[in-house]
Amino acid sequence: MNDLWNQIDLSWTWLTASSQWHGEDGIPHRLLQHLYYSGVALLFAALIGLALGLLVGHTGRGGFLAISVANIARAIPTFGLVLFIVVIEYSITPVLIALVALAVPPILVNTFEGLRGVDPDAKDAARGVGMSEWEVLWRAEVPMALPLILLGLRTSAIQVVATATIAAYPGFGGLGRYIIDGLARNDYQLVVGGTVLVVLLAVLVQLIFAALRRLVVSPGLLGSARSS
Amino acid sequence: MDIDWGWIGDHTDTLTDHALVHLRLALLPVLFGLLISLPLGILCRRWGWLYPPLLTASNVFYAIPSLALFMIFIQYTGLEAATVMIPLTLYSLSVLIPNVVDGLASVSEPVRQAATAMGFGTLRRLLRVELPIAVPIVIAGVRVAAVSSISLVAVGQLIGQGGLGYDIIRGYQLQFQTQIIAASVLIVALALVTDAILVTVQRLLTPWARARGRAS
Repeated sequence: MNDLWNQIDLSWTWLTASSQWHGEDGIPHRLLQHLYYSGVALLFAALIGLALGLLVGHTGRGGFLAISVANIARAIPTFGLVLFIVVIEYSITPVLIALVALAVPPILVNTFEGLRGVDPDAKDAARGVGMSEWEVLWRAEVPMALPLILLGLRTSAIQVVATATIAAYPGFGGLGRYIIDGLARNDYQLVVGGTVLVVLLAVLVQLIFAALRRLVVSPGLLGSARSS
Repeated sequence: MDIDWGWIGDHTDTLTDHALVHLRLALLPVLFGLLISLPLGILCRRWGWLYPPLLTASNVFYAIPSLALFMIFIQYTGLEAATVMIPLTLYSLSVLIPNVVDGLASVSEPVRQAATAMGFGTLRRLLRVELPIAVPIVIAGVRVAAVSSISLVAVGQLIGQGGLGYDIIRGYQLQFQTQIIAASVLIVALALVTDAILVTVQRLLTPWARARGRAS
């Protein structure tokens, strides 16, 4: 336990040192870089994952194919992909592509499963009251599938925030810089400090999604959906 | 992109070795994770209050970057395979525990009552009825955990634990695309084969699902 306290003490000293809060190596700058990488990747992943998931889920066609492709995509080692495309073209774009590839599967699978799980009677009822297919999708299916869709987005967001640390290995910024530099210099304090920041960010993402869930999911659905 | 097929031909042996190490590093944690999740999931079904804190704890672990988690464990376990395997075990829990709980929850009440009426005790009902019915959902979780674990082990090379991550990093250091591609493709192939085996295991464990499929 002594070790643990030492670590907490070390990371606290590191986090509160004023030198950490200024300039290129400072926490605010690195945090912004990290948020930028994660945010852009998540945005593109959400566009792709939601569009495909809604299309496949609503029409009910190509479901098996979509899920298989998503599962194969899960197997692609992000680390290999990052290093490979960075070897071809050294810029942040390849890193973002790898992060998008990582983030699409959970969003796609959850959106699809969410739509598929909507009670067919409810859809028929929606059609029965004269909704167009578009309205059925947006006013009946999506609201009911929302808990699962949000769960998929949350899983992706947390994975992206945690994995964006890899960007530092081929020499980009973000919070991973502390971890990789600490590893290279055998500076343990730096590694733990960087880790603590990433974990805090991920916990923040969890809280944001918990709040979002309360705000946008219809109260009638909260009891029945999976409580995570 | 230029692929140097000659290099791949010359290095089949080392690549095979790395693939085997890789598989061991990736799959043992999932096995441990399953051995931990099954009793925990069963306990969560019995005592509902246990589930939310357990889920939060495993989600927090999931949020820690694998690289950082490996680094933290180096302090305690040194540069050992365990340093890679313990974090991967913890990651697998965040997928496996919810699936075990959901799987057990999918057993319908009439089925449970029928088993009780046939004179099954709690333990026998669990082993003979509830767990078999939970198999598809549990295996769905194992598939996700196994595939992600195989993909994640690559990062373990940053603390020198071998596997195909070695070739990815070596290829990057030498700016040698072939080695990175070969290793990445092998990782995907390992994941696909593992996934196919798990699907087969599921089919073997749930013969009634096939029978029902034929009947309908």
